[in-house]
Amino acid sequence: MAEHSHNAAAFIADEARTNWHDETLWMVRAKRDKAALQLPEWEQLRQTASAIKEHTLNNLDTYLIAFEKKALANGVHIHWAYNSEEHNSIVYALLQKSGVTKVVKSKSMLTEECNLNEYLLHKGIQVTDTDLGERIVQLRNEAPSHIVLPAIHLKKEDVSDTFHQHLHTEKGNTDALYLTRQARVHLRNHFYESEAALTGVNFAVAETGSIVVCTNEGNADLGVHTAKIHIASMGIEKVIPEAKDLGVFLRLLARSATGQAVTTYSSHFNSPMPGREMHVIILNNKRTEQLANPDFSNSLKCIRCAACFNTCPVYRRSGGHSYHTVIAGPIGSILAPNLDKKANADLPFASTLCGSCSNVCPVKIDIHIQLWKWRQVLMKEGYGTLPKKISMKGMGWILSHPRLYRFAGTVARWMMRNMPFVINNKRWNIWYRQRNMPAPPAQSFKQWHQKNHSK
Amino acid sequence: MPGVWWFCKLCYMKVQLFIPCYIDQFYPKVGIATYELLQKLGCEVSYHANQTCCGQPMANAGFNEAAAACNNNFIQCFSAGHYIVCPSGSCTLHIKEHLTGTDTKNAANIRSAIFELTEFITDILKLTPSFASFPHKVGFHSSCHGQRGLGLSSMSELMMPSFSKPEALLKNIQHLELIYPARKDECCGFGGTFCITEEAVSVKMGKDRLQEHIDNGVTIITGNDMSCLMHLEGIILRNNYPLRVMHIAEILNQALN
Repeated sequence: MAEHSHNAAAFIADEARTNWHDETLWMVRAKRDKAALQLPEWEQLRQTASAIKEHTLNNLDTYLIAFEKKALANGVHIHWAYNSEEHNSIVYALLQKSGVTKVVKSKSMLTEECNLNEYLLHKGIQVTDTDLGERIVQLRNEAPSHIVLPAIHLKKEDVSDTFHQHLHTEKGNTDALYLTRQARVHLRNHFYESEAALTGVNFAVAETGSIVVCTNEGNADLGVHTAKIHIASMGIEKVIPEAKDLGVFLRLLARSATGQAVTTYSSHFNSPMPGREMHVIILNNKRTEQLANPDFSNSLKCIRCAACFNTCPVYRRSGGHSYHTVIAGPIGSILAPNLDKKANADLPFASTLCGSCSNVCPVKIDIHIQLWKWRQVLMKEGYGTLPKKISMKGMGWILSHPRLYRFAGTVARWMMRNMPFVINNKRWNIWYRQRNMPAPPAQSFKQWHQKNHSK
Repeated sequence: MPGVWWFCKLCYMKVQLFIPCYIDQFYPKVGIATYELLQKLGCEVSYHANQTCCGQPMANAGFNEAAAACNNNFIQCFSAGHYIVCPSGSCTLHIKEHLTGTDTKNAANIRSAIFELTEFITDILKLTPSFASFPHKVGFHSSCHGQRGLGLSSMSELMMPSFSKPEALLKNIQHLELIYPARKDECCGFGGTFCITEEAVSVKMGKDRLQEHIDNGVTIITGNDMSCLMHLEGIILRNNYPLRVMHIAEILNQALN
């Protein structure tokens, strides 16, 4: 798997498109700012949300069991999955039992995490993603590049081409209304034909045993109401204690995500309709490992708003696919190493540690601090390259010997003045490829001070 | 007489200067400006010649442990018990957040005694000197670690009252027109080793920051961190952009008689 830096360089090679991507997402960030500014209690809301999540994570077992108990009483089936394989086989077993071959899906990054689509496809089950952005990337056989705006890396021309190829829309027609209507007609048929609806879960309320799914297109509702089986998949961290807590989270979620006051639909699923089935699968998939680590446990507070994506200057200029994980962006870079350190060792370094992510986070996850901490863990456990290790240890050694440091500095500046071709070499001096070196001064500050002020 | 009180207080304001390694080697003029500025503001400035680096390059690359000896050297140099002033928000933040060593007591003292230059002037000296003229259109680059880490100014993400410690000083300079870019506090892409390991993104971020300043017609970009400005300067020089960089200490020192 190519590293983030290589993927990002390939993305940036098309500078005009990079500018467009950056500006589009910056616009979403600006909308978030505007929405947040309208609530005088914004920072208090963030603090409250963070505290509720903190409390819930500290008592996760209690709340999960309470949720299960209530949900069972509501007639909902509860399944516990230890990992993604277990999750997928539970879904398949449920579909198989009812002889289902066609399913529709809405709002679930978790099923992406489990790679459910591919799994079910191999089992001969047709899965149709119904959210427009998800459907577009599914038709293109791509992964979502953003957890809220999955097709944000595509322009309407790309969508037009994809729809022309798969939905036989007019070639070259890039009218957004036209394309959306065609997608709607196409998706309606899938809704009618599907026998099961898969959804994600934004919040699972322990007090009531109900789940809440937040959508703008209403596809979760359409799917659930037309299918005889509803299977909702959630990570263990999605539970919240009480229904009133939604008053905090729903106000933060949409404002942080898109700048809307609230998502168009906040659908509460309490119990199955008569004659139908409702299942909730509760997945661990290494979340308990994250929970057990005090340095990284609060990353489980995440409510998947993607505000950290939109504000991240690196994400905006490298695109979601450059992160080569299901969840991209700053939050993805602190979640992914927990799933696979080796494959994701580059991601905590795909950040300048500017801290903007932590500032926009509605549940106050210290994202940039955790990026720094992951760097320490990954390098300590040997996931860095040998040249990097040698250069960093060498640098640390020089900088701990003042005389050596002074000598090295003098040599470097002498070379920059007298042998600039050695320093100004694009092959080994990566800085120099697109940036000039600073003009080397004749003396260091130390030398100046010694001459002018030493007693 | 408040003036007399300040005079007495300042007479005894001993300050130890921390000049980060890259300023020492490549931008001594910034160190000199800081030195002279603090002297003009009445401080007794000392400088320990054995100081090297705050250890951040190793630590941010994931090798905090490789900075252990460097940290011990830092503690040895800065254990005099005076205020420590540094013309870099980033290095100051690193010391505040991560300085540890065998001498734990002095490490703790240093973490609380170190200040970035402008916050030292506004918060400790509590001075708003009246400056002479500096007739330029100056664009301000808000460096992330100083801003978001040390809280040198309000942040666009947080819903909080607006303030800025560096601006509080710059706005007292006559004929200086201070202009912020549209994205007031977006990162320039330097990021320490990030500027090498993620070269493409780093340079693109820098170019985008510069473009906003160019669109604003500024002739000088200033800020609290020379590292960000070094990165921006590298791009300016390579592309012959019509502007230059100056550390805030250089402007303040030049405008203070």
